[in-house]
Amino acid sequence: MRRPIAGVLGAFEHIDAACDAITALRAQGRSDFTVYSAAPSHDLEHALGIETSPVRLFTLIGGVTGVGAGIGMTFWMSLDWPLVTGGKAIATFPPFVVFMFELMVLLGSLATVAGIIILSLLRPTTGMAYDPRFSDDRIGIFVPCQGGEATRVEGMFKQAGAVEVRHAA
Amino acid sequence: MAAIAHDTVPTQTHHDVTRDVVNTLGTAGRGYMLLLGGAVALFLVGLVTFILLLKSGLGLAGYNPPVFWSVYITTFVFWIGIGHAGTLISAILFLFRSPWRNAIYRATEAMTVFAVMTAGLFPIIHIGRQWFFYWLLPYPNQRWLWPNFKSPLLWDVFAISTYLTVSTTFLCVGLVPDVAAARDLVRGWRSKVYGFFSLGWKGTDSQWRHYTRGYLYLAALATPLVLSVHSVVSWDFAMSIVPGWHGTIFAPYFVAGAIYSGLGMVLTLMIPLRKALHLEHMITEYHFDNIGKLALLTGCILFYAYGMEYFIAWYSGNTFEQTTFWRRAFGPMWWGGWTMIICNPFVSQLFWFKKIRRNLTALFVISIFVNIGMWFERYVIIVSSLQNDFVPWAWGQLTPTWADWGILAGSFGWFSMWFLLFARTFPVVAIQEVKEQIPMPRLRRGGH
Repeated sequence: MRRPIAGVLGAFEHIDAACDAITALRAQGRSDFTVYSAAPSHDLEHALGIETSPVRLFTLIGGVTGVGAGIGMTFWMSLDWPLVTGGKAIATFPPFVVFMFELMVLLGSLATVAGIIILSLLRPTTGMAYDPRFSDDRIGIFVPCQGGEATRVEGMFKQAGAVEVRHAA
Repeated sequence: MAAIAHDTVPTQTHHDVTRDVVNTLGTAGRGYMLLLGGAVALFLVGLVTFILLLKSGLGLAGYNPPVFWSVYITTFVFWIGIGHAGTLISAILFLFRSPWRNAIYRATEAMTVFAVMTAGLFPIIHIGRQWFFYWLLPYPNQRWLWPNFKSPLLWDVFAISTYLTVSTTFLCVGLVPDVAAARDLVRGWRSKVYGFFSLGWKGTDSQWRHYTRGYLYLAALATPLVLSVHSVVSWDFAMSIVPGWHGTIFAPYFVAGAIYSGLGMVLTLMIPLRKALHLEHMITEYHFDNIGKLALLTGCILFYAYGMEYFIAWYSGNTFEQTTFWRRAFGPMWWGGWTMIICNPFVSQLFWFKKIRRNLTALFVISIFVNIGMWFERYVIIVSSLQNDFVPWAWGQLTPTWADWGILAGSFGWFSMWFLLFARTFPVVAIQEVKEQIPMPRLRRGGH
């Protein structure tokens, strides 16, 4: 268990208030804060200036690997044990496209899930202050800071419209 | 409990959604336990039948020349088909940005997973020496023999196993934020269990950033997959030269039929489920109206496909095709042929009427007809074609036995058991996606 991180946690009921707080934090040059929400929101994404996730690279690599595995498996295994059926060619693309497609979808999906896990779920969130209401109906913003900086952040949260502000650790 | 005043825009708050859905979890009532007990009893009937099949062989199921594909393969295609509506609602409608799916997609996706789990048992039951089922897979065996990759049956192995894996993955990924919401609301040991399954989800901006993109790509991959799966299943038949099976329309015909049958099962499950879990304010007539419209669309495609099958049989001038389709309507299996014609294309035309699409009793009754009709469709296609092949002296009749019905009943028990357990254990309505439909309060007017 990681030690609690010192900082300020603000809870917001109104989304525009949370967006104002995020904009103010970014205007101060901060990017080390964390925003909690119960559902994804375009307003929050815009305020945060979020870029497209690299999880698509995992999907692409998984899909391409799947097609390659499909080609390799079908051609190699068919040629390794030649089985003439219906007078057709032993190794040929049309019937093998099914395997290439299915393996593309299978490995593409599994790689996507691996991407989600590696990029988001394996990132440590322990130690950061959290409130169970953030998975319900509140938006949370946690800013790691101490001393005078924490007091300034608290004032800024209250000015933006936070319904609750508390100091963590 | 806040009521929904309008069809499309919920008037609930985010907190209402979390509370109402999480309240569906936990202690079960007497009615639920009775249903679960019934499902387990049916499953045990299937299990005992399967043990007897293992002991005595497929002769018990009436497998005799010329019909070696009968109730088991029929039921396999039936359950695979059931799964398709779930993926349509969860993945395809997600890509089309149809927000009405949000309240019902979780239950339908769960239906998909359990239907495919059920379907996957049938090829194993059907193959005779069930303990050698792994011969279907390409694995490095002692003599380095590989399966025949030109066989549609092997295409099926890959299609079904991919479908099961991807559907399960899609369901589980969708569950993570909702399980985290349940973790934060319940107390005691249940909070710990949900905490374990939430994988440390806290809904941070970084988590949402990767999650939403990943979910989009999963939906994008599941969409062509669902269309491919029933196409591949249809090619199990269409790649052969058996009269009644060798049709080029089989892939779209089977896909439309699969979605139609799945929508029937969605209605059968969702109408009692919303009442039992007190979710009437979240799953409204508006949702059933839209499901009815989809069923109408797929029912009309089926109407066209049925008509075209008979027309092409006549127009081809091929005696064998003509005989097969004549016998489907007027031969010994006329009752099956007419059951599928009445229950599918004709009953689906009732969905033209808005009053019917919004009458839950009528929808429930229709859904039972759809389930029956779609099972008979597969039975008629499979059995009638095999009974009357090219050589009249080799023709024969299939009489299903108790072993067929025992396994069929067992499959319904197996499916219902998992669905009922799921409905009480995990959020059956997607909390996070319903919340996306509900605007968060603002201090100022306007917004994104």
